Amino acid sequence: MKHEIVEKNIGLLAVLILVVISFGGLAEVVPLFFQKQTTEPVEGLRPLSALELEGRDIYRREGCVGCHSQMIRPFRAETERYGHYSVAGESVYDHNFLWGSKRTGPDLARVGGRYSDDWHRAHMYNPRDVVPESIMPSYPWLFERTLDGSDTPRKMEVLRMVGVPYTDEDIANATREVRGQQEITALIAYLQQLGTVLEGTR
Amino acid sequence: MNNLWGDSLSGFWSAWIIVITLGSIGFAFWLLYANRKTDKTPDADGNIETTGHAADGIEEYDNPLPRWWFQLYVGTVIFSLGYLVLYPGLGNFAGVLGWTQEGQWEEEVARAEERFTPIFAQYQEIPIPELARDADAMQVAERIYLNNCAVCHGSNAQGGYGFPNLTNDDWLYGGEPEQILTTLHRGRNGLMPSWRQLGEENIENVTQHVLALSDLEHDGVRAERGAATFASVCAACHMPNGTGNQALGAPNLTNDIWLYQAPGQSVADSVRQTLRNGRNGHMPAQAAYIGEERVHLVAAYVYSLRFRD
Repeated sequence: MKHEIVEKNIGLLAVLILVVISFGGLAEVVPLFFQKQTTEPVEGLRPLSALELEGRDIYRREGCVGCHSQMIRPFRAETERYGHYSVAGESVYDHNFLWGSKRTGPDLARVGGRYSDDWHRAHMYNPRDVVPESIMPSYPWLFERTLDGSDTPRKMEVLRMVGVPYTDEDIANATREVRGQQEITALIAYLQQLGTVLEGTR
Repeated sequence: MNNLWGDSLSGFWSAWIIVITLGSIGFAFWLLYANRKTDKTPDADGNIETTGHAADGIEEYDNPLPRWWFQLYVGTVIFSLGYLVLYPGLGNFAGVLGWTQEGQWEEEVARAEERFTPIFAQYQEIPIPELARDADAMQVAERIYLNNCAVCHGSNAQGGYGFPNLTNDDWLYGGEPEQILTTLHRGRNGLMPSWRQLGEENIENVTQHVLALSDLEHDGVRAERGAATFASVCAACHMPNGTGNQALGAPNLTNDIWLYQAPGQSVADSVRQTLRNGRNGHMPAQAAYIGEERVHLVAAYVYSLRFRD
């Protein structure tokens, strides 16, 4: 084929570029959608409760993922510090994934149960109070704001559409579980369940 | 925990990956050769062929690719094929080296264990009070402490608001080796209930009584009135004389050490807050995180803090 044809037909060039760059995704990503390893939950995995789900949304809103990963890689240095390496089956109910790719702070994939709720509250209010050398920002507004839970059921319905097994009962009780709770309480509830399904496998 | 890396791909998807991967490499190689030019000799008239692009009379030569570039390209193709033979990449083909992520991790862990296990095993044999005086062991232990415990108890082990100081002789759950080990192994859950139901009047009286126990400035009349409530409600855990009970983690109220006195808060306010809302201090169990041997070492480290100035 003459290069000239491709070079002088910008539409054709665009199509061919798309074809070429799609090869990587076709070979590396598409097969994963059909593999048990990535589509089936690990044993004991449960969807986030209403409160944890709101906590997850606060985690996203505050941009925690920008500094904290949730992905322990299979290296000894990481498993020694954080625990068992992360596996795909732990994330099948996550939409979107909050794996992150930046570790300004430590990985949080298995932070659940590591520290007490009180510690998290003190730490989130002002990280320097418990870790003097910390550069993490303070999040005092999480202690002032409360959740009303009005859109929690809707969030759960949407998640159910993409395969998270919420029951009608979960959804019906969601608002009641969340209403009036401090945002910090929701965030800590989310953090305290992170990575706890594979507990005891280290 | 077998099978965390999952089952192998189905035959179709394995073939899919193989075809796309090898096809891409083949295509890249074909592209290189299909467009290759080797000839740059002038024709009979001495003209050198150009691309035909011209701007202001300047024409563009159509020379072959530089040899080094061409060879590099071929080199990447050979490298990729070699890689796919040695390492997993082509669908279910595991590669002749048999490399896996999990295998690499296991190897790494095994190497570390071979190196560190004898050291920890040796420390494990030594009783905690003795180990606490072993400078080498304490150096190792300090690292473990700093990595795992200092977040709450502080790098100087003096704790903070809500997190016990480990350097004084006031122990919530006891400072003997066995007690420290139990704390580390199983964790601790403080359970001071809220006494809001006593009413503000009684809470104030009990607060004054508690201040009196530590010989702090207090309202004598109210303290006197609070004594009865203290005896019927608080004494069950904190003992009638207020010296606490390590079996329950009920703190000693007579030594003027206040775990829950927030910075800038008066003792009286802190006691009132505790009485109204209760306290639920929680020490997470550590054995699952750091393992038996390190628990032993850290226990010795905590024990050793009493020897420091």
